Amino acid sequence: MSRAAVEPVESRPLLQVDGLVVHYPVSRGIVGTLTHKPRQRVHAVEDISFALGRSEMLALVGESGCGKTTTGQAVLRLVDAESGSILLDGRDIAKLEHGELRPLRRRIQIIYQDPYESLDPRFRVRETIEEPMLIHGIGTSKADRHERMVAALQRVGLHPPELFTERYPHELSGGQRQRVAIAAGLVLEPELLVADEPVSMLDVSVRAGVLSLLDELRRSGLAILMITHDISTAAHFADRIAVMYLGRIVEEGRAGEVVTDPRHPYTRALMSVVPKRDPRDRSTPQILTGETPNPIHVPPGCRFHPRCPVAQAVCSTEDPGLEAVADASDDHRAACLFTRLAGPGFPATAAPASTT
Amino acid sequence: MSGPLLQVEDLHVWFDLPDGGNLHAVQGASLSLSKGERFGLVGESGCGKTTAILAMMGLLPPSATVDGRILLEGDDILAGGDSSMRPHRWTDIAMVFQGAMNALNPVKTVGFQITEPMELHGLASGDAARRHAGELLEMVGISADHADRYPHEFSGGMRQRAAIAMALACNPRVLLADEPTTALDVMVQAQILQLLVALSNDLGLTLVLVTHDLPVVAEICDRAAVMYAGKIVETASMDALYHDPRHPYTRLLFAAIPDPQGKEEVVSIPGAPPRLDRPLVGCPFQPRCDRAFEPCRTTCPELRTVDAEHAAACHLNDPALMVSS
Repeated sequence: MSRAAVEPVESRPLLQVDGLVVHYPVSRGIVGTLTHKPRQRVHAVEDISFALGRSEMLALVGESGCGKTTTGQAVLRLVDAESGSILLDGRDIAKLEHGELRPLRRRIQIIYQDPYESLDPRFRVRETIEEPMLIHGIGTSKADRHERMVAALQRVGLHPPELFTERYPHELSGGQRQRVAIAAGLVLEPELLVADEPVSMLDVSVRAGVLSLLDELRRSGLAILMITHDISTAAHFADRIAVMYLGRIVEEGRAGEVVTDPRHPYTRALMSVVPKRDPRDRSTPQILTGETPNPIHVPPGCRFHPRCPVAQAVCSTEDPGLEAVADASDDHRAACLFTRLAGPGFPATAAPASTT
Repeated sequence: MSGPLLQVEDLHVWFDLPDGGNLHAVQGASLSLSKGERFGLVGESGCGKTTAILAMMGLLPPSATVDGRILLEGDDILAGGDSSMRPHRWTDIAMVFQGAMNALNPVKTVGFQITEPMELHGLASGDAARRHAGELLEMVGISADHADRYPHEFSGGMRQRAAIAMALACNPRVLLADEPTTALDVMVQAQILQLLVALSNDLGLTLVLVTHDLPVVAEICDRAAVMYAGKIVETASMDALYHDPRHPYTRLLFAAIPDPQGKEEVVSIPGAPPRLDRPLVGCPFQPRCDRAFEPCRTTCPELRTVDAEHAAACHLNDPALMVSS
């Protein structure tokens, strides 16, 4: 058979994002509008592509303003893509009209960073979990919905469920609230879960519990797009990591490989500044100066070059694409003209001769 | 060698509750800090870290009752109430509050907010105060000509630097920093930690870093105390805390944070810290402890020395109990 136009269902990823671009217009204000000041745009996400399979967890890792949350929102169709395609199970959802979105919303659920704010304080746990079922017409009767609600509570580790059904959010701990938020998503039996910083508001002692729950859900078939600033968490729980900087994916690969053999200077710097637990482990952190530039005025060439410790003249003019790195797995890609060529152990600060 | 700069001895804080009861937030904490030292105070939310350092600043609300001794170079500054505390607040002991970067006054320039405490304390005014504000901004890594700007013109990292400059306005000797990097990105966190280290080295500043994040403490502090349920349960050098923890809570707190290489297993500590508005029986950590045994249910372990400069409050360190069980 020649290359089939339609890939077999098993090998097709659940989510395939190609060339996604999201821009936000910047308000010019009344003076700007009257004087026809040129309209500026925030280049939140600029041409990114990734795929996510069933039973897989992909972590989008980066600092504030890198576009990771916007990417998640575009997948959920909470923001509109300027261009690019978002294939869910082979169907492009990027261009769906708003009327067609409801069935999609059932298939993709999100859990937010702050369970103190994402749960309605006036809803009991039971109501929080039953409401999405009512909206999406799931469950044949009240008894059926109750059964599904109890099953969801059990699935997220709130035992025994009857202890929690009648409680209000203020009667729950942070970890329990986040579990309720996850249960409210699970009752719709989604295929894809977007988890936007699911544990960063929680106490360190309960984070691992919530992350292990996500890991269990992944094993049971759910695809999870985790959005996090914490590369250590991503290294532990995700199958693959995509590191984002200023609207672009700068490095992508298997989680273990990206953290042990990072090829992009930005990933290397990120890894070096993660605080070490062992006081004897005093490798010098490679602290980048300044902060991520304003995404309205994106630097030309490689977006990272103004802060890059190994930048060459060519980096300010040539935009490196995300390409496979040498001496690594096929799916390990980095967007750097130099470091992706170098094997493991390549010193982070050495600069190879310019190719121009 | 001179004695300790700041000592806290047997500090207790109770909060009156509306129902007539009280909450024993800090239950006999003692610390000793020397000049130029970087010290960490670590624990989960609600274990009394912030209450303890607010007591050191004398900034607790009227509903709080404070007992114990706070000695600055040997003089008890707590005994005389607010009038003995006030001369030292900001001029000797200063604090960067949790979320300070989001609490700057949005309608005043950053420079004004740094000069204000100098003028209130009569340390400098007019041009001299403005010049000093510029120096402070330069010291925290912000160009002096940014003094005329408003907080909204600053990024999060710059606002946190400005908040640190404000705390340093009256040349304190001790800086209490409450979760100074919690809301920041890792790269900005690294920059702020680097700044705190530079300040303690250059100015001889004693730094108390309060955080739930043990690796952050391990990164920059020499010693630390781990707090649980209002008590200090272990205190030692960072090296001993990591390589030879003598309280299960310390060991679990380290294990709850994923290591960046993704190798070691991450654990969660079951349950939650106990409520402090009722008396506790036995060790407060016993219900969550993976190594609890009979004495833990009935007797609360005292903080006892287990090694040089290393103390822990756990029955596992008591040879007599270990033999009998």
